[in-house]
Amino acid sequence: MRNYSSVISYTTLCALGVLAAKLGILNAYVQLVVMYAGINIILSASLNIVNGYMGEFSVGHAGFMAVGAYVASILNVMLFTDSSIFGPPLLPPSSAIFLFPVTLIAGGAAAALAGLLVAVPSFKTRGDYLAIITLAVNYIVKSSIENIQPIGGARGFMGMRNVIDSMEKVLNLPWTMIWVFISVGATVWIIHQLVNSTYGKGIVALRDDEIAAEIMSINTQRMKIVAFMLSSGLAGIAGGLFAHVLGYINPGSFTIMKSTEALVMVYMGGMGSLSGSVISAIIFTLALEAFRPLQVIKWVAVPFLLIFLMIFRTEGIMGHRELTDIFPNLRRWFAPREGRA
Amino acid sequence: MFLETFFQNLLNAMQWGSFYALIALGYTMVYGVLLLINFAHGDIFMVGAYIGFFIATLLLGRYAWFSPGLPPALIFGLTVMITMIITSGVGVAIERVAYRPLRRKGASRLYVVITALMCGLILENGNLAVLGASRRSFPQLFSNAAHNIAGVTFTNIKVLVILTTVLVFVLLEAIVRKTRIGMAMRAISYDRMAVPLMGIPLDTVIVFTFALGSSLAALAGVLFATAYPVLDPYMGALVGWKAFIAAVLGGIGEIRGAIAGGFLLGFVEIFVAAFFPSTLRDLIAFSILLVFLSVKPTGIFGVARATKI
Amino acid sequence: MALLEIKDLTHFFGGLRAVYNLNLTLQGGELMGLIGPNGAGKTTVFNMVSGFYRPSEGQIRFLDRDIGGLRPHQVTALGIARTFQSIRLWNSLSVFENICVSQHHQLGYGFLQSVLRTPKFVRSERRVKKRAEEIMDLLGLRQFALEFPKNLPYGLQRRVEIGRALSLRPRLLLLDEPAAGMNPGEVGRLIETIRWIRDEFKLTIWLIEHHMRVVMNVCENMLVLDFGETIAEGRPDEIRQDPRVIKAYLGEEEPVHARGI
Repeated sequence: MRNYSSVISYTTLCALGVLAAKLGILNAYVQLVVMYAGINIILSASLNIVNGYMGEFSVGHAGFMAVGAYVASILNVMLFTDSSIFGPPLLPPSSAIFLFPVTLIAGGAAAALAGLLVAVPSFKTRGDYLAIITLAVNYIVKSSIENIQPIGGARGFMGMRNVIDSMEKVLNLPWTMIWVFISVGATVWIIHQLVNSTYGKGIVALRDDEIAAEIMSINTQRMKIVAFMLSSGLAGIAGGLFAHVLGYINPGSFTIMKSTEALVMVYMGGMGSLSGSVISAIIFTLALEAFRPLQVIKWVAVPFLLIFLMIFRTEGIMGHRELTDIFPNLRRWFAPREGRA
Repeated sequence: MFLETFFQNLLNAMQWGSFYALIALGYTMVYGVLLLINFAHGDIFMVGAYIGFFIATLLLGRYAWFSPGLPPALIFGLTVMITMIITSGVGVAIERVAYRPLRRKGASRLYVVITALMCGLILENGNLAVLGASRRSFPQLFSNAAHNIAGVTFTNIKVLVILTTVLVFVLLEAIVRKTRIGMAMRAISYDRMAVPLMGIPLDTVIVFTFALGSSLAALAGVLFATAYPVLDPYMGALVGWKAFIAAVLGGIGEIRGAIAGGFLLGFVEIFVAAFFPSTLRDLIAFSILLVFLSVKPTGIFGVARATKI
Repeated sequence: MALLEIKDLTHFFGGLRAVYNLNLTLQGGELMGLIGPNGAGKTTVFNMVSGFYRPSEGQIRFLDRDIGGLRPHQVTALGIARTFQSIRLWNSLSVFENICVSQHHQLGYGFLQSVLRTPKFVRSERRVKKRAEEIMDLLGLRQFALEFPKNLPYGLQRRVEIGRALSLRPRLLLLDEPAAGMNPGEVGRLIETIRWIRDEFKLTIWLIEHHMRVVMNVCENMLVLDFGETIAEGRPDEIRQDPRVIKAYLGEEEPVHARGI
């Protein structure tokens, strides 16, 4: 069911956003918030694949983000910039415009491979035990990075600013924003296509009853690998974008704290609801910014609000439904999902 | 010479592992009864340390308006007891306010776990907000004299910590096996539905479990603060996660498991630190954990729950 | 060539002997029953045939191929489908989706194609959905297509389960207590449905059942188990009168003088 109107409207919206940024209507701070929201959408939607659709409990999402962040950043700095660690650029800096998506995807691919570290144990373990493994993987990734001195270890890694600069020299546009928009669109589109196919519904079947899924000859191992690798791969892309928005990364940004943020967004939005993940990511980003003046109390107020949400609306904002279930008219814009009452 | 170093490390490992064991006990008991990972538990440990700090400071007469003039050893004993009582109240309050409503609604455990994470955050950052970022220093309550026996240095505190943990284990086993409420705790972990049918109120057992677990975390907090006097609001976070891992290592839901897992993790960390640079300590410890769990996912004493098809 | 051949099948759970020396030959098109008191080992036999347990001893051959020890989805791919004692439908998916997703291994496309929506994807989806619709029509489930299983009455859920199993194009269908929890009306419809499925889809059906009405009216042949051992085999009218079967279910008759008369 091909339906391009949603793609067209999203592209238009993004183009307007980019234009507004270029013209200075949106100042740097607003741009930053928009980009954070985009990165959070990718984090939240990707974690939802594993925690929502597949019903597992992965608490180490930030580890995959870190892999993607570092791989993409190192590649970019090495290839396109003059740095103290790697020396002169290996490729002309102007080619960064075309090759940035390549390095970004490379970061995602590395993160997807790291996802195997969790996927394989998941064949035998489930639930709380798998949670520990994801926790350990997150920690191991962070710890490993801290011990790799050539890329800065615990002090962090920078130089991404120059990559963005060389892109802007070729064509003066807010490139990080553009790449964030494109990535968000791609993420949502990929996940949407997957979970609405019979193939993707196998993941939900896995969650509802794994034994029945096995008996119905669903290759559960393959589905788990696909789900985990897609989830961590997208997190890696979010990480790569995060690195270039900030211009500087260090292992301390990718701890359990970050994983917890992703978890919160998924549960707030509703497990297994893609639109829920998107909405909650936006709300979460805005809430963090709105509460910023409160400083430390921010991290008391936000959890409190979440606890209220959990108690009074446990299933999250969207529950198991999608926007198209609440507003059927939206079906004009998106391919319809069958079988949702 | 090597033997002495080995025993020294062993002693340090047992002390370090004791903290993990005491905190892991709280995790494992709550999990056994509710199948819930109480992620706020590590922060209960922190709360215990801070409450202990204030009680001790109060009893020592550092607050001008109250000066009982008690001997330090007595102050220590009182601090421990009062802190355990107050902190168990904190744990019970969290259960009542945050977890119970969700339990009543029949919410899936995952939602309760998220709530637990949030409670932990509130405790950490609430502390930071109210008390500020400056670190507190736990007052010294008794002399940490070192005794050298056969080349191994024993300090008062190390001995105290280890002995306390052993004592706690013995007491806890007695409670769980000999008292009614202890047996109810074990019964719930097998079959939650049957227990109320036997006339035991579920809530009472749950409250008891939380109270017990929190007081043990408080004990760990005070002991930890005595051994390492610097307090900061995030001290519970990492220790908490590791104690949770210790509980799983030992087989979550089993009391013997919490003790075993705590000591095992302590050994791994201390011995790894002895041979490798300190930055690699956590990395190697977690990797060993990962390997162990891949081989025996249910932990040392854990029993795999078989699903009937 | 027999469809299913079981030779000396034995299974132990630790020290407990659940199944002992089971022998059976199923020809294509048969309606075979497996009965016995509770705990006799019937579901264990099914679990071994469908790949959930690796038999401790003995052989299971399907279409002249040794299948003992294969994983469940491999056994299913060879042509054996089963239902369960407890309903194991996927409750987040509608009835229609349940019957589509069960055809998962026949999809023939993977992750990339589902994202890119290639022509192969479109063709597969169409084929899968068409088959699901056919099965729903045949089983009278069309009007419940978009419902979630847990909202349906038990009898209908059982039918969905059978529909799901049928979507796998099996040669052999294992039904584990299909009449459990049904009222008499539903049981009657079930009897007709089972017979009709065997005729319409040309497959072999082997069912475990406690409901004597179903067993006597549906099965052409049956095997009786007690404590894991086969105590009788034959046609329904033979089994009904077999003293060993009666003893297994009802216990022995007391001799008159033991009551002190």
